[in-house]
Amino acid sequence: MCLFCVPMPYIRCVVWIMSVWMWKSPEVLLYCRCSEGREPVFISDMASFKPTKVQFLPKLGEKVTEDTLYWKNYKSPVQIKEFGAVTKIDFSPLAPHNYAVTASTRIHVYGLHSQEPIRSFTRFRDTAYGGSFRGDGKLLVAGSEEGLIRLFDISGRVALRQFTGHSKAVHVTSFLSDGFRVVSGSDDLTFRVWDVPSAVELSSITEHTDYIRALAPSKLNPDLFVTGSYDHTVKVFDMRSGSSVMTMQHGHPVECVLLYPSEALLVSTGGRYVKIWDLLKGGQELVSLKNHHKTVTCACLSSVGNKLLTGSLDRHVKVYNSSYKVVHNFDCDASILSMAVAPDDEVVAVGMTNGVLSVRHRKHKKDKETLTSRRRRGPSYRVFVKGKNFVPRQDDFLVSKPVKQYLRKYDKQLKSFEVSKALDTALQTWTRTSKPEVTVAVIIELNRRGTLKNALAGRNEESLTKILNFLLKHIFDPRFSRPLLTVGDIVLDLYRQVLHQSPVVERQLQRLMEVLGREAELQQELLQVLGILDTLFASLTPRKEVAALAALPVDQGPQLQAA
Amino acid sequence: MVETSDIRVVRCGGSKVNLTPPIISSDSRFVLCTSGDLVKVYSTRTEEWLHSLQGHTNQVTGITLNPANHLQVYSCSVDGTVKLWDFIDGILIKVHSGLCVSACPECFQLVSVHLPKSAEQEVEAKEMSAVSSHISKNPSCTAFGRGGEYIAFARHLQLNVYFFRKQKTYSFSLKATDKKGAKNAFTCIACHPTDDCIATGHEDGKIRLWRNFIHKKEYTYSTQHWHHNAVNTLCFTPEGTHLLSGGIESVLVQWQYGAGNRKEFLPRLGGSILHISASSDGQLFCTSHSDNKITVIESSFKVCGVIQGLVKDAVLTDLMIDPRSKALVLNGKPGHLQFYSLLRDKHLYNLDIVQQEYIYEAGLDQFEVVKAAFDIKGSWLATVEERGKKSSDLEFFLKLWAFDERTQSFVLNTTITAAHTDRIISMCFSSSEETTMLVTAAEDSQFKAWCQGADADTQQDQNFWSCDFVGSYHKLNPTNCSFSADSSLLAVSFQEVITIWSPDTWEMLTTLCQPPGVIRDLCFGRLSCSKYLLGTTTKNLLCCWNLLTCELEWSTSVDVSKLQPDPFSENVAAFSYQSKHTDLFVFKPSEPRPLFTNKNVCSEKVHRAVFVPREEPLNSCDESTQWLNRSQLYFLTQNMDLLTFSTATEEDRMLSSSKQLVIDDSVAVTPFYLLLGKHRQQQQKLNTQSHPHNMALPLLLRVPGGGLLHTPAHVLPAASVLCSMFVNSFLISNTGVQQDPLRYFVHIWLT
Repeated sequence: MCLFCVPMPYIRCVVWIMSVWMWKSPEVLLYCRCSEGREPVFISDMASFKPTKVQFLPKLGEKVTEDTLYWKNYKSPVQIKEFGAVTKIDFSPLAPHNYAVTASTRIHVYGLHSQEPIRSFTRFRDTAYGGSFRGDGKLLVAGSEEGLIRLFDISGRVALRQFTGHSKAVHVTSFLSDGFRVVSGSDDLTFRVWDVPSAVELSSITEHTDYIRALAPSKLNPDLFVTGSYDHTVKVFDMRSGSSVMTMQHGHPVECVLLYPSEALLVSTGGRYVKIWDLLKGGQELVSLKNHHKTVTCACLSSVGNKLLTGSLDRHVKVYNSSYKVVHNFDCDASILSMAVAPDDEVVAVGMTNGVLSVRHRKHKKDKETLTSRRRRGPSYRVFVKGKNFVPRQDDFLVSKPVKQYLRKYDKQLKSFEVSKALDTALQTWTRTSKPEVTVAVIIELNRRGTLKNALAGRNEESLTKILNFLLKHIFDPRFSRPLLTVGDIVLDLYRQVLHQSPVVERQLQRLMEVLGREAELQQELLQVLGILDTLFASLTPRKEVAALAALPVDQGPQLQAA
Repeated sequence: MVETSDIRVVRCGGSKVNLTPPIISSDSRFVLCTSGDLVKVYSTRTEEWLHSLQGHTNQVTGITLNPANHLQVYSCSVDGTVKLWDFIDGILIKVHSGLCVSACPECFQLVSVHLPKSAEQEVEAKEMSAVSSHISKNPSCTAFGRGGEYIAFARHLQLNVYFFRKQKTYSFSLKATDKKGAKNAFTCIACHPTDDCIATGHEDGKIRLWRNFIHKKEYTYSTQHWHHNAVNTLCFTPEGTHLLSGGIESVLVQWQYGAGNRKEFLPRLGGSILHISASSDGQLFCTSHSDNKITVIESSFKVCGVIQGLVKDAVLTDLMIDPRSKALVLNGKPGHLQFYSLLRDKHLYNLDIVQQEYIYEAGLDQFEVVKAAFDIKGSWLATVEERGKKSSDLEFFLKLWAFDERTQSFVLNTTITAAHTDRIISMCFSSSEETTMLVTAAEDSQFKAWCQGADADTQQDQNFWSCDFVGSYHKLNPTNCSFSADSSLLAVSFQEVITIWSPDTWEMLTTLCQPPGVIRDLCFGRLSCSKYLLGTTTKNLLCCWNLLTCELEWSTSVDVSKLQPDPFSENVAAFSYQSKHTDLFVFKPSEPRPLFTNKNVCSEKVHRAVFVPREEPLNSCDESTQWLNRSQLYFLTQNMDLLTFSTATEEDRMLSSSKQLVIDDSVAVTPFYLLLGKHRQQQQKLNTQSHPHNMALPLLLRVPGGGLLHTPAHVLPAASVLCSMFVNSFLISNTGVQQDPLRYFVHIWLT
């Protein structure tokens, strides 16, 4: 009888009787003492069946870190088709965080969640390049293939200003941080600074010897900006002196430069390399990363924790942690030309050569909750209400009833020594596919009990195919291969005589043989590689002389008084 | 020569309690069992060891209640005596000596002995008559029939029944096997208490019930089969309504007598059941198990008590001391480690290492704990469990257990499935206080260091263990590993070479390989001798290296089977086996002169030994006993006898303490007793003074009908107790106190 089924007045009586009874039986008293404030402890767990232990072996491969979890937490990308290769994406620094996408002859401005452009600037006669926002998000500047630089009001359509002067294509344009000047870099090896109100060229400097394709203005000082060029150099310019104040040799044509918010560190990408420079140490190279296998075209920083992201022609976006190890990797369909991360990492937008803009939105907890709450459906309140609202009084004696041991179905069958049935249960479709470790655990348990042969014997074609399919799928998993090989051996032993009767089983065995042969070859090759590596390492390690000290003759020390 | 007179080897507890069937006293309050040369008395309620009946000089082989007086017990022993005891007070009443001990240990004979009645304490029993020599050496193959009219005994395939009155033996035999491959050899016998029926157990698990065996030809038997292995024991309940049987499956089966196949089970009792006995009122059953355990079971098939002795049948681990509880730790029941308090000679608890259902089946290869090690503070325990020694595929797990302060027990922290590719040979924890490190050496010619520490990738503190370093030396198989006292050095012996490593940098500092011989044992000196490293080789050499000069300091030719350093002093004990006896040398590594020598400690090899710290140190100044001042040396022989050394001062101390502790043994020494006992004794004294005849009635009963009726019922003792006292108070008691059983009962209750 459940204690909670008894009407209230009787409970106190029952509890009193219980307590008297307990005083007489020390074993129960001990039990109650244990149950105070902790989970119930069984005094004699002798008579309980110990369920099969399912081993959770760690999966081999990359470790799951917090960074990985953070960067995995994006929805599947939204694909937006543009007219040509997307060369530049820039997020507005102001609140709705719209972003300007430069592709072909137009610049589209998208809202964070819209898939249709809010606004588009189409007044380009040739390809537009490098559309970027001003610090207040109200103006937009863009260069173009014909050498013109256009300035747009974000709400207007027609260009407010046109700066003419460059003789070749202008690939990069940007506002300086005071907002009144625009700097542009061009293929005519010059970069010029323009005054916005008067549309006058303030200065023109020619220091690079190749196309200028990268530009990053300082946000802290309106007179500083960094340029990168195909002449393999990265230069820091100060408008007050009118010339470069620092030059770094990247070693490859520079595709992108990026300043950290503190502006002590500078990132330059070019070739397969990403290099980090320490500006405070006079442009010393801090790290050189080589994680892509094609040219790295773009880099940007996440706003949470300043993680570096780089995109490359090899179609990967890599995310680095603060010690510049790759912690996550996004795959894309085509070579990546441009990339940008919205403030708070809400959106990661990637532009590719095939004109596709892929936008990933961050998952939020709210979305998840609605999903799970719909799925979970517990027992209804009305049925399980008994005793739920009972509030114990202060001097009540808690009598905890022994917790019933619930066993899984295969454990119940193992408990009653029904080995074949237990194996059948473990081989049920759901268990077999989603929890293979449970199936393997039951197989190991049967093997330990010495009854695996009995469990496998006497099966028909259908259940034998089930087993063989399981073998085919998991025999190479290093976590499971050992017990599964035993199963394979036993199956062959048992059914050798009757195998040819079933073409299905025969085909499966054929496949198993093939796969096993392939695996054996692979293992052999791996061992060969290991041998090669061993010799390499052995020749690399410096030889150390171990002082052979103990090579003295036998010391006939004083003997124990034994004999 | 060192004097050895005041140090002697003693057997220290932990002997078998499962050799003979335990017996339950008629009032179901005590369980008696044999344990070595003692008969131990336990309480059925509290499982507490009350006292023991000492007097036999050799193994006690059987005990039985005196049918004439249920407060007395007969015991027989290999020393050729039958003794009669009062088991409640532990008094020896009578000794029947003179039973001949046969010279041939292989032949067994059933003999009836007439125990003469006499008032003397020592009686020689002369009247003996042989009943039969066709008798199995297993005592459970002999049983007395209804009212002692006949005795049934079996050997191999023959069942014999000897009728005392007719002085005739009827014998019935079975075929060895039948078509179905049954094995019909008899394994045990039980006779029905009121009916002419004999139950026999057989090797293939069958139980046969024989009837009508008074006629030689027209006997019948019925067969019942549940056990899948041999039936070890059978027992009828006193009323004869049920038959209990047990075997290797460790399931107690209760067959209803005369109701065919109706039966009840009590599974998972522990080791295989060896004996079953029932109390005379049928309320309690007792089973004794192969893992040195007695289980007390109520008639409702509920376990109500477990008396666990020290399990030492198959010790695979070293003997260890738990640094926290100072308990001896070794293999317990299958897959467990047992914690045994040597001071109190009491089993503390079992720690389940394997955590798998143990299948009671003969010849099944199951996981066994083979190695275990504690770290110096007792906060970590490392265990290795192994399976498949015989077959080729060896499976083993390395497990690390953390001590949980809250539950006061070890909790599994890390399981390492493939720690090595081959068997782990040796394992040790570093002894430094700050960082704990485990080193395992295995047959795959590698040793590995395991650390509990941070993972470089996630930069989070992990509390589980991972591999820190893998070391090897010329692909040689390691044999031993040992840390120095301050954990600054690690010595790993690879066959004949000892390598010294620095655990901080994992640099090999030096190698020692002189003189040649595979290293068997390895240990560092302690305290003032910490610069020495001791090693024993298979070439019968004991070597001592000085680690400062890396030279051999001294060596001597002794065949050392076990080298055991004392963790509390500089001393090292070495057991050497020479020509069928084991000698013990105790020495300091700094000087090769032994402090203490004991020739012929025992006749078998000693492979396991341990120094156990004393609770309070002795202060003996004698050089030969000084090494036993702070710790005590226990060792396990190949026959699984646990022996120790006891000094004269220690025995004196024990003797004096036992004199102080004269408490009445008939009541369990519970905290309640200690509180109330004194008061009761005083009260009893008072009563006996005022009412010499009306011996001991509580005050409230003194006035019949007065106090008894006016006291609230819930503060009164149980009615069954009161009744006898109440009746007794009306009796006119006579002076012959001993003859009055009722009086006697009252006396027991009050004390």
